[in-house]
Amino acid sequence: MPELAPTFAGPHAVPPISLRRRITDHVMTGAAIATVVLVLVPLIAIFAYLVYRGIGSINWAFLTQTPKPVGEAGGGMANAIVGSGLILGIASLIGVPFGIGAGIYLAEFGHNRLGSVVRFTADVLNGVPSIVIGIVAYSIVVLYQRHFSALAGGVALAIMMVPTISRTTEEMLLLVPQALREAAYGLGIPRWRTTLSITLRTATSGVITGVMLAFARVAGETAPLLFTAFGNQYWSLRYDQPTAALPLQIYTYALSAYDDWHRQAWAGSLVLIILIVAAVSAVRYVVRRGTFGAA
Amino acid sequence: MTVCGLAVLGVLGLIVYELMRGSGLSWHAFGFKFFSGSDWDPVNEHFGALPFIYGTLVSSLLALVIAVPLAVGVAVFTTEMCPKALRGPLSFFVELLAAIPSVIYGMWAMFVLVPILSQYVQPFLAKTLGWTGLFEGTPYGFGMLAAGIILAIMIIPIISSITREVLMVVPQHQREGVLALGATRWEMIRMGVLRNARAGIMGGIILGLGRALGETMAVTMVIGNRPEISKSLFASGYTMASVLANEFSEATGDVYLSALVEIGLALFLVTIVVNALARLLVWTVTRGQAVRGHA
Repeated sequence: MPELAPTFAGPHAVPPISLRRRITDHVMTGAAIATVVLVLVPLIAIFAYLVYRGIGSINWAFLTQTPKPVGEAGGGMANAIVGSGLILGIASLIGVPFGIGAGIYLAEFGHNRLGSVVRFTADVLNGVPSIVIGIVAYSIVVLYQRHFSALAGGVALAIMMVPTISRTTEEMLLLVPQALREAAYGLGIPRWRTTLSITLRTATSGVITGVMLAFARVAGETAPLLFTAFGNQYWSLRYDQPTAALPLQIYTYALSAYDDWHRQAWAGSLVLIILIVAAVSAVRYVVRRGTFGAA
Repeated sequence: MTVCGLAVLGVLGLIVYELMRGSGLSWHAFGFKFFSGSDWDPVNEHFGALPFIYGTLVSSLLALVIAVPLAVGVAVFTTEMCPKALRGPLSFFVELLAAIPSVIYGMWAMFVLVPILSQYVQPFLAKTLGWTGLFEGTPYGFGMLAAGIILAIMIIPIISSITREVLMVVPQHQREGVLALGATRWEMIRMGVLRNARAGIMGGIILGLGRALGETMAVTMVIGNRPEISKSLFASGYTMASVLANEFSEATGDVYLSALVEIGLALFLVTIVVNALARLLVWTVTRGQAVRGHA
């Protein structure tokens, strides 16, 4: 490589970078690229395999029928899809108001010691294993109701939603310019009204995005549902009965010994991923259009 | 709003209270021996949690050993080396990994990873590294090694997204300064960037550890679920989260249930400590700015 080195020869020349250092540089660059490849390979493998096995297995029966008895081919996961919707609905009803409320508290009133404690608690709560939250939901709901239920599953997922929602809500509210709040105060609007009608409204799309992130995160959760919602082979739309959920059904079928159930587990996984992605993008789309319309 | 803020504290309090109440019976029966006994015998109501603690620690550490170099490599590549056009899609893809429900990881591991391990990887490891004693026994595929690998795939996005955030906080003039002294790019990254971001990267790693410790579904599906302590990574194991997933809803007898809740309590305390430590480390680097993009 007859590049720069010779032309710099002179009394004040910078010594050329030694071969060893140059090789190290190239080796480390190569190593970094190699790590990217190594990380991307399983990702692509998982997605490709999921789509490959899933697409071949989704059919009309899968989406509209309930499971067949053990060993019989056919049937579907319709009850699990609806059950997941029910559990997630309950979870959102409980978790979203509390999460947003806590976020508002942190952003607008939480600049003191108690606020920092709540903030830290929310972050720590975010890391509590989901199965432990399942135990708690079991002991506060299932033990009182005396049987497994959709409500218990909903409570478990709600507990998991709160920290995520509150932290993103806080972040979004803090992005709202202070001048906007001051303008509202200047017009004599009380603080609570300003928070609800001005600050929260301005940050709506961000807050909803946070809610959807939390939703997507708990939608695929299996562990906290194992001994709260428990699963069910039949239709159930009651909040106080054991309820099927898509992730639970996938788990049960994946561990079974039947090829047909394995096939359905893959189909269920694909449906689950599609539902999660669809829910998130739909709300994002609506929100973006809504705010543009208002502006 | 303050009520919602306090509710976050309340939830944490509730978790602690319920876990302590539920585990009282087992605590009185076994005391500290619970954590040092390796006997798990539901029939005679004799419980020791050591095999589960061992399984959790070994599988999580194995995951870290695999994940940390890869995750840090990806983060370094995306912040320091990658062409701008590639940066967005690359981090999007890596974060997509975080959106896959863990039950789907588990299923992929069961049907794809485990056969590959038992047919190719484990025989190879046994032949070349068998003398270490870490790779002995029948290559079933299922076991500690499979659990460690799938955990690694699951925690790479967390570690790498936090590492990326931390690397981006390192001031630009640090990089320019080191480059001006004649460093190659790798030397600049090593001395100017990584050294400054040490604490934050450590935080990201510990956060990944916290996630690995509590991960339930994927591990349960591939680790083999046998409460034994074996030096070989080919052997089956059992983790604290897995035993809860498998036995909690079937536990007969108060002491059995109580022993399981005590495992839950131990798992909760460990993850709380690990997470609090991680948050503090990340906070010292990013100075209290909320770190986004983690699970």
